[in-house]
Amino acid sequence: MAEELKDIVLKYVTKEYLEDDSEPLTYDSPLISGGIVDSFSMVSLKRFLENRYQIAIPDEDASPEAFDSVNKIAALVERFVAKKG
Amino acid sequence: MAYSDKIRGTYQGQLKGIQDAGLFKQERFIHSPQAADIEVEFPAGAPLKKVINMCANNYLGLSSHPDVVKAAHDGLDSRGYGMSSVRFICGTQDIHRELEQKLTQFLGTEDTLLFPSCMDANAGVFEAILTKDDVIISDRLVHASLVDGIRLCSAMHDTIKHSDMEHLEEKLQLHADKRFKLVVTDGVFSMDGDTAKLDEMVRICEKYDAMVLVDESHSSGFIGKTGRGTHEKCGVVGQIDVITTTFGKALGGASGGCVSGRRELVEMCRQRARPYLFSNTIAPVVVAGVLKVMDIISKSTERRDKLEKNAAYWRKGLTEAGFVLKEGDTPIIPVMLFNAKLAQDVSRALYDEGIYAIGFFFPVVPQSQARIRTQISAGHEIHHLDKALAAFNKVGQAFDILGKTKQEIIAKYGM
Repeated sequence: MAEELKDIVLKYVTKEYLEDDSEPLTYDSPLISGGIVDSFSMVSLKRFLENRYQIAIPDEDASPEAFDSVNKIAALVERFVAKKG
Repeated sequence: MAYSDKIRGTYQGQLKGIQDAGLFKQERFIHSPQAADIEVEFPAGAPLKKVINMCANNYLGLSSHPDVVKAAHDGLDSRGYGMSSVRFICGTQDIHRELEQKLTQFLGTEDTLLFPSCMDANAGVFEAILTKDDVIISDRLVHASLVDGIRLCSAMHDTIKHSDMEHLEEKLQLHADKRFKLVVTDGVFSMDGDTAKLDEMVRICEKYDAMVLVDESHSSGFIGKTGRGTHEKCGVVGQIDVITTTFGKALGGASGGCVSGRRELVEMCRQRARPYLFSNTIAPVVVAGVLKVMDIISKSTERRDKLEKNAAYWRKGLTEAGFVLKEGDTPIIPVMLFNAKLAQDVSRALYDEGIYAIGFFFPVVPQSQARIRTQISAGHEIHHLDKALAAFNKVGQAFDILGKTKQEIIAKYGM
């Protein structure tokens, strides 16, 4: 699931936040600390992940640090998917 | 003493950091009334210099109009200087309500509430009408005052790519479960000078049962055939749920703003908006001036018509000279230079030629999008614009940017 999940997140972030002439992202690109995603716009990413994976990510877990790269987001989602059982 | 050397040193370090980054803002002192021709002291202590102002929000040229000045004098005489009270205690005069009624009529809404500024209107409106069960969906280029107001509100906040209506529709679907959805945009975007697609936006919002809020600060008085604003230009007068706007730009340029829109939403602001509740409203002298402005622009479109012609003349002149401009048809015409230092250097060179036009760069605009934002006024005559065009041509040649593409300018000066 890990690679597929990362790919889905990467595609979503690219479509949602990048302009057409932007540099392509990697799994480790700093999304929030790098100014690619602002903290307001993180909302749609969180809701997208919750809807897609049928999970609920509490606000205290949806920190800017936890959403700062595709790798970190994927790890977070996997944790909540595993909890769901 | 609580203000220790450590505290002072910390702030001195931060200020030096701002200076070192080339982002330090300095005021230029104007010794004359606001107009097309002004006298400026810059840098501080330098002899006064007569320059043409190409960067004021004085779109209709009413900031120093004799009729407005006289009305303000009369207002001062008849209603006094200050109110020494917030509105709901003893700070409301008959002329405050008169101005609200005139604005309601002019904007084509149901009711209006004055605020000390549009910054205050935007700071107060969201918290007054929305809760944590709601969502705000805003354009990513909306004005900073809207962003701040949204931050003060408990509603969820999401954004859309600039003027991307497909993206808006996706977001309205994503947030379909929310109690209320409020879509937020500028009417005219202040840094780029482009206009919101309000007709499409209203149609989409009707489909998804969403409200629309538009900040008309850079449109009230001159956009649309009779200057009502972007909603008039887009044919959706009466269909915008909330309009916020300022009197600090085209409408006399002094200060003050308002929330205008659906009766219940305006009343919620009267009951709950904190900048309304906890701050004095606009001083009587300013209200009297804005009332005269409303009279002038309600009787005739002469000034907005002249502004439209001036803006078209200016855009044509800059285009023919070979500058890279942002697309648009408003009096905000950004000359793109991309590099922050280049923007500041060009601004300084223009000043030496008698033209006052400021460079804008990050964080006011995105990285690599530095520019000189020119703003046209009905107070400009053709001779002002011709002189400014000659100066822009001369400076453009000196910096070798005329006829150059974005890529060529970046290759020469960097991002």
